[in-house]
Amino acid sequence: MKRIIALALVLMMVIPAVMSCSKKDTITLNVLNWGDYMDPDVVKEFEKENPGIKINLTTTTSNEEMYTICSTEGSKVDILFPSDYMVERMIKEGLLAELDLANIPNFKYIEEASSTRTYDPESKYSIPYVMGTVGIVYNKTLVKEPVTSWGILWDEKYSQNIMMYDSIRDSLMVALAYLGYDINTTNLDELKEAGELLKKQKPLVVAYGTDNIKFDMISGSVALAVDYSGTVAEAIIENPDLGYVVPDEGSNVWVDNIVIMKNCEYKEAAEKFLDFLCVPEIAAKNTEYLAYTTPNVGAIELLDDELLNNEAYLITPEQLARCKYFVDLDKDTLTEWNNVWMEVKTYKAEN
Amino acid sequence: MNKRKYIAAPYLVWMVIFTVIPLLLILFYAFITRAESGALILTDKYIKSALSGSSMSVLLLSMEYALITTVLCLLLAYPAALFLWQLKSRIGSIVNLLFMLPMWMNFLLRTYAWRAILDSNGPLNKLLQTLGLGSHRMLYTEGAVLFGLVYNFLPFMLLPIYTSFTKIDNSLVQAAEDLGANRWQTLLRVVFPLTKPGIITGITMVFMPAVSTFVISRLLGGSQTMMFGDLLENNFMLLKDWNTGSALAIVMMIMMLLSMALVRKSDDDLIPGGG
Repeated sequence: MKRIIALALVLMMVIPAVMSCSKKDTITLNVLNWGDYMDPDVVKEFEKENPGIKINLTTTTSNEEMYTICSTEGSKVDILFPSDYMVERMIKEGLLAELDLANIPNFKYIEEASSTRTYDPESKYSIPYVMGTVGIVYNKTLVKEPVTSWGILWDEKYSQNIMMYDSIRDSLMVALAYLGYDINTTNLDELKEAGELLKKQKPLVVAYGTDNIKFDMISGSVALAVDYSGTVAEAIIENPDLGYVVPDEGSNVWVDNIVIMKNCEYKEAAEKFLDFLCVPEIAAKNTEYLAYTTPNVGAIELLDDELLNNEAYLITPEQLARCKYFVDLDKDTLTEWNNVWMEVKTYKAEN
Repeated sequence: MNKRKYIAAPYLVWMVIFTVIPLLLILFYAFITRAESGALILTDKYIKSALSGSSMSVLLLSMEYALITTVLCLLLAYPAALFLWQLKSRIGSIVNLLFMLPMWMNFLLRTYAWRAILDSNGPLNKLLQTLGLGSHRMLYTEGAVLFGLVYNFLPFMLLPIYTSFTKIDNSLVQAAEDLGANRWQTLLRVVFPLTKPGIITGITMVFMPAVSTFVISRLLGGSQTMMFGDLLENNFMLLKDWNTGSALAIVMMIMMLLSMALVRKSDDDLIPGGG
């Protein structure tokens, strides 16, 4: 018995060593992405073009989780796709590698969109992957009036026919924008006022949702909801009765970026992958797969009309002008936001 | 027997790595903070903030849901287990299999399926309409959350109770009948006490996970209320406040321990032991 165990232990040690020897000439890039956030063919194509590089894709569901994974000591993540405010935090904490744009020639297609970003306008550490806005998705057969303001989400006519987004930043953003305040406010009074507004709205809200908003809008069981433009673009493809509006009071624009971790061993290979994702044909494939807006001007020329005519797909300059990026809030402010949101969520309307 | 101790070693190692060490880490995060000088000191501020009114009301609400779920599961599962026990053994095991069959599918998938079924434009409402009963909002109500919880946890109540039924020695039942007990008396004074361990296991297996679940309230209840699981997630993922998060986890564990102790105690007191 002892001999068998000893043999097994020896084998366990030897086999991985032998296997890693035979693979010495291939590099593995560990990519941490959002679930289903890239056309699977794109990875295959890249590996075919670059036989020496293997992509090991893992996925996550939130920026916070992404941050937790990659900032843990000993993390092997090379490339990841964080949103704007998370890039800001990661730059501040010195987690990201400086990009050598000379190795990313196809960057020229996204240069324009990249420079409008407030957190890394020079693309020193990050380049945009896809972008979108937050707005109101509504069912044109149930909402006959024109939708222009966040105020429609407080209209009692639509009681129990409204869905809000179940996240601290997004829901409070709606209330803050409607009140005309900064969507990144650190002013406690403004925040509390926004919280009161959301409490007042609660009896009208049928549910606070995330991914399920799309299903409920497609099935037609809800008239109005707050959602991300890319998700709405997908929903509109399934149900053409749906419309999308970025309200006049302004909203949030977000960009998911591609970044390389500072401790990445194969930075040049990683930059090769970044460059590949900027190739117009590849970017077009990804944006068609995702229905999120691409910042790649070369890719937009390749898109078919179905996507270009979808009112939730393209971001107009007017929409962009009234939208703001989220700023990474410090811990104390975020705790205040959380307290206000908890009050909203635990509030029970008396009726 | 002593020689065979080593067969428990793999589990012991597992338990130390995945239960004991994490528990110690939770205690560390909840009670120790870094002073301005950089030294580590004991503190009670995290526990205090975990015991604040708003987080306690969230915990109490989660426990209320879990309690109602446990009671409903018990009321449904006990008669069902009794019925299964009285069936002929072959039919009984087939029916038992039918009860367990849904568990072979992932619980998230089943919850998503209920979402579609309960939808305002879903099949259930279509059926009600054709029957002339009108359309009702079922999804995103408290009823839907309770239904989802009971549906998902029912097998965990049924299985241990049914198992304890199958272990009952039939001669005990026959003896009770021979000695003149009627069916109710036999059930209450002989069968019921013998199934007590199954009931306690069932309550534990339903109540504990039901307190910390939040997926069902998100998917079927439209996240209208904050569950304790949401609160924990927010503290760890959004606020990066592992200290308060750990303190919350400790408060939850203590509440669970207390309630489980209460269950065992009340069982000893209330149920006649056979006298």
